[in-house]
Amino acid sequence: MSSPTRTPLQRLRRSGALVSVLAILASFIVGGLLIAFTDKATTAAAGYFFARPTDMLAAAWDAVAGAYAAMFRGAVFNYDATSFVGMVHPLTETLTAATPLLTAALGVAIAFRAGLFNIGAQGQLILGAIFSTWVGFTLELAWPLHLLLVVLGALLGGALWGGIVGWLKARTGAHEVILTIMLNYVALNLLGYLLNNALQREGSTNPVSPVVNASAQYPLLLGSDFRLHLGFLVAVAATAFAWWLMNRSTLGFEIRAVGANRAAARTSGIDTFKVTVLAMVIAGALAGLSGAAQVNGTEKFLSESIAASIGFDAITVALLGRSNPIGVFFAALLFGAFRAGGVTMQIATGTPIDIVLVVQSLIVLFIAAPPLVRAMFGLNDRREKKSKKPKRAAGAPATVGGDQ
Amino acid sequence: MKLELQGITKAFGDFVANDSIDLVVEPGTVHTLLGENGAGKSTLMNVLFGLYEPTAGRILIDGEPVAFRGPGDAMAHGIGMVHQHFMLVPVFTVAENVALGDERTRAAGILDLEQTRRAVREVSERYGFNVDPDALVEDLPVGVQQRVEIIKALVRKADLLILDEPTAVLTPRETDELIDIIGQLKAAGTAIIFISHKLREVKAVSDTITVIRRGKVVGTADPGADATELASLMVGRAVDLSLGRQHSDGGDVSLEIRDLTVIDELGVPVLDHVDLDVRKGEILAVAGVQGNGQTELVEAIMGLTERTSGSIRLEGRELLGRSVKEIINSGVGYVPEDRSTDGVIGSFSIADNLVLNRYDRAPVAKGLALKPAFIAENAEEKVREFDIRTPSAQNTASTLSGGNQQKVVLAREFSRDLQLFIAAQPTRGVDVGSIEFLHRRILAERDKDIPVIVVSTELDEVAELGDRIAVLFHGRLMGIVPGNTSRDVLGLMMAGSTAEEALAEAGRSGRATTDSDEPQLPGGIA
Repeated sequence: MSSPTRTPLQRLRRSGALVSVLAILASFIVGGLLIAFTDKATTAAAGYFFARPTDMLAAAWDAVAGAYAAMFRGAVFNYDATSFVGMVHPLTETLTAATPLLTAALGVAIAFRAGLFNIGAQGQLILGAIFSTWVGFTLELAWPLHLLLVVLGALLGGALWGGIVGWLKARTGAHEVILTIMLNYVALNLLGYLLNNALQREGSTNPVSPVVNASAQYPLLLGSDFRLHLGFLVAVAATAFAWWLMNRSTLGFEIRAVGANRAAARTSGIDTFKVTVLAMVIAGALAGLSGAAQVNGTEKFLSESIAASIGFDAITVALLGRSNPIGVFFAALLFGAFRAGGVTMQIATGTPIDIVLVVQSLIVLFIAAPPLVRAMFGLNDRREKKSKKPKRAAGAPATVGGDQ
Repeated sequence: MKLELQGITKAFGDFVANDSIDLVVEPGTVHTLLGENGAGKSTLMNVLFGLYEPTAGRILIDGEPVAFRGPGDAMAHGIGMVHQHFMLVPVFTVAENVALGDERTRAAGILDLEQTRRAVREVSERYGFNVDPDALVEDLPVGVQQRVEIIKALVRKADLLILDEPTAVLTPRETDELIDIIGQLKAAGTAIIFISHKLREVKAVSDTITVIRRGKVVGTADPGADATELASLMVGRAVDLSLGRQHSDGGDVSLEIRDLTVIDELGVPVLDHVDLDVRKGEILAVAGVQGNGQTELVEAIMGLTERTSGSIRLEGRELLGRSVKEIINSGVGYVPEDRSTDGVIGSFSIADNLVLNRYDRAPVAKGLALKPAFIAENAEEKVREFDIRTPSAQNTASTLSGGNQQKVVLAREFSRDLQLFIAAQPTRGVDVGSIEFLHRRILAERDKDIPVIVVSTELDEVAELGDRIAVLFHGRLMGIVPGNTSRDVLGLMMAGSTAEEALAEAGRSGRATTDSDEPQLPGGIA
C-alpha cells in the first residue's frame, strides 16, 4: 500500500523543522506564563481580579513583554543604546556565546546520526580545553602556527576522549550513554587534579592555569570593544565541514547508514566497527574544538568551570537542530542568544534568569514529543492518531537521527 | 454461530484498507479469504477480533449486532483467532499457556491449573490432537504449537475460529494434518475463517471462497474453480502462470562449498558439514522449513556469520574469512531474506538504497566524496528499468510496498557485474504481479551464465526456479534432487528423510516426479 503523494502543506505538517519552531514558540508561551505568575505586580493585581480583571491582565502583559524585550535587547539589538557599538554589542555577545555550543552540538549531532547517544560532549570539551591550554602556555611560537597547534591539540584531546567511547562500544558492546557519563566524571576530576598540579598557575593557590600566550589566542574579530573572536569563524567552518561530511562524503553515508539500520549497513559491507569508532572520534574532536574556543577565545586560561554547562546544552542544541548541521547552527545561535539575553533580562526587569533555563528545558521536552506539539497547535492529521502502527521508532537516537 | 459482516469499512486517513465488505460465515463451514499481501485481509480480521474499530459497517452474530472494544469482547462472543505468529510463552507448559488470560482459580484466588489441564486433555482427545498439557511449549514442533493455539481458542469456547495464514510455518505434512483438523472442527459445527494466498490449500479446505483485492470484495469463487482463474481474480488481471522456462544443466562448477559448519552462540551446529556445488548458468534451489539452516548457509557465504569452518570457494578463491565488503566486491549479489531489516534502509531515499553497497567506489564516489548527480541519474534509470512504482526516487524506501522494495534490492544487486547471485526468500510478502517480474529477472541472470542460489520455504517457488533442489533439515543436507522432483518427495525430505529414503517411499506410490503437464504457479500463490 503505497501512500498517496502528499501536498506541500501535509509535508510541512509532518516536517521536523516545523516541530522545532513550534516547540520554541510553545516554550516561550509557557515561559511567559511563568514570568507573569511570578511577577509581583501581577500577583498583587490578581487579588482583586474579579473587581478589575483588566488590571491583572495589563500587569501580566507588562511583565512578560518587558522581560522578553529585555532579553531581545541583551541578545540581538539594543535599541535603547546611545552608541552604535552599544546597539550591536548584544548580537556579537550572542555569537560569542554560541561559538562553543555550536561545535560541541555538531559533535553530538554526528554521533546521533550514527545512532550513538553521545552525552559526553562535556568530557570531550574538557579534554580539548586541557590540551589547548597546555599547548597554549608551554610553547613559544609565532602566532598563526601556535594557534594552529592549539586547535590541533584541542581536536586531538576531544578525539581521544570520544574515540575511547567508540572503541569500547564497538569492541565490547558497552552502552555509550554509560560510557560517556562516566568519562565526563573522569574528565572533570582529571581537570581538577591537573589544575592543582601540572597546570597550576605559578604562585597561585587557586586551581587556575597560567594565561595562554597571545600567540595562542584566537584574535578578536571586531576590535577590543567586542569579545567576538576568530573561533566563531572556525565554528562556522566546522558547520560547513559537518554538512559536507554528513551529506556529501562516503564516510557520512556510512555513518547515516549505520545509524539508520545497522543490520542493513552490515549486510551492505559497511564496517560498523570502523564507523562507530570514527563517528565518536569526529564527535569528540568537534567538542574538543569548543574547549579551544573557551580557553583560547573568551577565557584565556583554564579553570574548573571552563566547560560550564556547554557540553549538556550541546545535547539540547543538537536535538533542536534535529542533528542536521544547518539546523544545529541556528539552534546554537538561539541558545547563544538565551545566554546573552538572560543576563540583561535579569538586570533590567528582575526576572530570574532561571526562566531561561525553564524555557530551554521545555524546548527539549516539546521536541521529544512531536505529537504533543502538533496537538497543541491543532496540526495532527487523523491518520496518525488512529493508526496503530507506530510510524517512527521510539528510540532516542533513531528519533533524533531520523530527520534529514 | 452465524457471523455476518455488513458494509465493514476501515480507513486510515485517506487510505481505505477495507471498503464496505460484506461477508457471511455459516456454522460448520470453512470460509476462505483469498487475497494478496496488503489486500486488506488482516485489517478485516483485526476489525472482527476487536483490535480495530471499523469506520463504518456492523458485525452481527446470529443476527444480533455486536460491538467489540477489544479482543476480550470478541473472545467472550465466541471468536477465536490463531495468529500467524504464535502468541505463546515458550517456557510455559501447554496448560499454563492455555490458562494465560483465562485463569481458573480456587478459593482465595489460587491458580487452579488442574481444571485447565483437564480442559486441554478433553479437547485434545475429542479432536485427536495428541497434545500433552504438561509439555513445555518450546519443546514442541511448530505444528503442535499451532494446535496449542487452536486448543486455546477451543477451551475458551470459540464457535468461530480465524486462522491467519496458518500454513506459512508448516511442513507439507503438517499442512496435511492441519487440513484434517480443520475438517474435524467443521464437522463439530465450528465456523472457520481461513486466510491464505496459497491456492492449493484454499482449494482443499474451503466451502466458500471470497476474494479480496485492494480492500474490496471482488467476487466469490467455488473451491472447484481452476487455479489460474482464482489467481487472476486475486490479482485482477490475467496471470501467466508458467514462465516457460528451459531447464539448465549448467556449465562448470563455479561455487564449491565443502564441509561447511556453522555453530551458534550456544555451541550447537546450525549448519552441519554441508557440501554443495553450484554450476555456472544453473539455479540451485535450497528448500527446507524455515529455521533449518538456510539463513546460516547464505550468511556464511556472505561473510555475515562468525564461528564458521570448512571452505567456500568461488572460482577457486576462498571466501570464508573475508569481510562482507570483500565478498560483495568479488561479485557476489545478495538479496537478504529479511528485506526491511537487511535489504533496505527505510529512512534512506530510494536513490541512496540503490547504491547501498557501492557508495564508496567509482562511479558513485570520487575519492571521499559522493557524486549526487550520478546517484540521482542512476536512480532514475533503475526506477524505470525495474518498474519501481514511486512518485520520486527521492522518497524514502519505507514508502514503497514490499514488492517494490524488493525491486530496489534486485536493481541494486544487478547493477554490478556478478560472479554469483544469491536470493533468499526473494518473493516473501511480495504481490503476485511482482513475483512474476522478480522470477523472470532471476532467470535472466541465470541465462547470463551466472551461478544462482535461491533459498525458499515455498515449495512452489523451489519447483518453479530450481534446476536442482537441495533440501536442508536441522542444518544437514538431506540430498540434492533434480528440479522436477515431486512435492511428496520434497516434503518427506523437508521432514528429515534422505533423498534415497524419500524417493523409495514416494516410488512405492509412484509419484517421484511431477508430470510436466501440471501447470506451475508462480511461487507463493499455488
